[in-house]
Amino acid sequence: MSSATFLGMPPFPEAARTAVQDSRLRYNLRRATRTIRDKRGLVVDELGDDWARLRAEGAEIKNRTLRHLDHYLEQLEESVTRAGGHVHWARDAAEANRIVTGLVQATGETDVVKVKSMATQEIELNNALEAAGITAYETDLAELIVQLGDDLPSHILVPAIHLGRSQIREIFLEQMAEWGTPAPPGLTDDPRALAEAARTHLRERFLRTRTAVSGANFAVADSGTLVVLESEGNGRMCLTLPQTLISVVGIEKIVPTWNDLEVFMQLLPRSSTGERMNPYTSTWTGVTPGDGPREFHLVLLDNGRTDVLADTVGRQALRCIRCSACLNTCPVYERTGGHSYGSVYPGPIGAILTPQLRGTGSEVDRALPYASSLCGACYEVCPVAIDIPEVLVHLREEVAGRKGHAGEKALMAGAETVFSSSRTLGAVQRAAGLGRGLVPRHLPGPAGAWTDTRDVPDVPAESFRRWWNGRDGAQEEGR
Amino acid sequence: MSARETILARVRAALADVPDDEPVHRPRERTYLDSHAVGPTLEVLQDRLVDYRALVRRVPADRIGAEVAAALARRGARRVVVPPGLPGEWTAQVGVEPRTDSREAPLAVHELDAADGVVTACAVAIAETGTIVLDGGPDQGRRAISLVPDYHLCVVRADQVVDGVPQAVRLLDPSRPLTWISGPSATSDIELNRVEGVHGPRTLEVLLVEAGP
Repeated sequence: MSSATFLGMPPFPEAARTAVQDSRLRYNLRRATRTIRDKRGLVVDELGDDWARLRAEGAEIKNRTLRHLDHYLEQLEESVTRAGGHVHWARDAAEANRIVTGLVQATGETDVVKVKSMATQEIELNNALEAAGITAYETDLAELIVQLGDDLPSHILVPAIHLGRSQIREIFLEQMAEWGTPAPPGLTDDPRALAEAARTHLRERFLRTRTAVSGANFAVADSGTLVVLESEGNGRMCLTLPQTLISVVGIEKIVPTWNDLEVFMQLLPRSSTGERMNPYTSTWTGVTPGDGPREFHLVLLDNGRTDVLADTVGRQALRCIRCSACLNTCPVYERTGGHSYGSVYPGPIGAILTPQLRGTGSEVDRALPYASSLCGACYEVCPVAIDIPEVLVHLREEVAGRKGHAGEKALMAGAETVFSSSRTLGAVQRAAGLGRGLVPRHLPGPAGAWTDTRDVPDVPAESFRRWWNGRDGAQEEGR
Repeated sequence: MSARETILARVRAALADVPDDEPVHRPRERTYLDSHAVGPTLEVLQDRLVDYRALVRRVPADRIGAEVAAALARRGARRVVVPPGLPGEWTAQVGVEPRTDSREAPLAVHELDAADGVVTACAVAIAETGTIVLDGGPDQGRRAISLVPDYHLCVVRADQVVDGVPQAVRLLDPSRPLTWISGPSATSDIELNRVEGVHGPRTLEVLLVEAGP
């Protein structure tokens, strides 16, 4: 029951090359992203000009919160504590995992149910719990599919978007029995039958598991309220039935006031699943005697977010409300899928968020700001107006300024030598013309990166100068 | 330094560019609309709920008891759970006495699972989005009772329905545990098509009570 990890994934260009050759993946993605784009378009247009006003307000609320985040963090802590919750602070993934593991161990339980949460994916909480002998059961349908298939999430909202119904049926038939209630033997690939199988598989577990782990879409500073939007009711099960609830929430999830939700509860469902409203939203403030968990723990997670905050251009990425509209609209994502981005945050937002959260120390993270054609569609659909292309270009500058690009600098210095002397240039061109059949489509070594997305142009049989001189017949070349 | 102090210090260092005298709170301007004037409130609510494949019936105020009994009979629901503050006349015509669940005397989760359905009122409903909000009040009960049984019959009074989301948010008390319900449980996780019926109640039926004469 090990969980897969993004660690050791190849960088984007390499992963994308494999992905675009997977015709089944491309079919699944095209179908799913088109469906959701159309739905989103309809419910956004329905609000007319008001959409732009809500979008501007959403961006402004988040901006202001980020610019005074220290104030709002302290206010949130106070509000949650006043309402009977416990607040913990985690500098990084390891610390968050230690805190959650300790809290679960204190309950004496070895099973936890989980509501889909990007933050716990990011810190790979399930692996940490497993190392401590605790099994985390994912309960969101798509997360369940990914967990049963020992797969990785490929989309923020629908982590199993890369799989079609027949693949999901196979995973259910093969794996459900190992984790609990098996799939019915005659299971078909009808989505209704698959949803029913998930209901049956998880039912008993919901009713008996005493500890739950969640994330949150919003944390309201003035009231201390946590908010989870969902569709299936698995969230309600986890947030309501267990005795202990542990929520891991990134520090950027804060909104200042309860009334700010009137903006985000319009922006998020319409942008995300393309619905006027998602089926279920739960809000809770601390603990309510006699209703829901008796104990509530909020773990506030930094894990690189303060690094993002320190970059005045990149900071806007923290406005993200994880709707995934930018993934669904991105021509690059539609062709490569989410796994190519090597992170739980794929697509355009992932391309700016991941390298900022993790830094640009690895090849994978350095490649991400280039995983875009800068077409700008992501900015157009973003409900909080994150200028993703602007941040991509900014991060490219940062990556290009690193000493890792010494090869490119050496190449340019070499070019200067060649181009500054017509004799040298002529000799190089002649040599190239003679060797033209030997030129590979893909350049070796560090120059290979350039040819990851381009083929090397054909080398002409003779240079323009040589052809011109020959036609003129007047002079020998190389003077 | 504790994690708390470290994170707050990192945040303050990261925000060195923010002027010290910039006000923390921004006056709310509300440039956006309270609602989007899409039509008569109750018609819009009904349309949205039907769009989510909820069952909706418009009923006069003096017929709530009869309609509740009729809905439960159509469903074949015999073991029915109610919150402690549900008006007695709403279930007076139901054949089998409903079981009352309360914070003080909660039913066990397996008893809720064995129930055929639950009847509740609501706190607020939002027409534009087809949303019913429960706030745990005495006529709505604990969150678990509207979750575990597979059938939820919800009585919505016309005077509880607002047009838009901002109007509803202003009426709600965040200190109460809230559940916003927009149709029966559903998923879009298989090829991004909406399919109704996963873990929450697979059937949501709404009795929309018209204002009395």
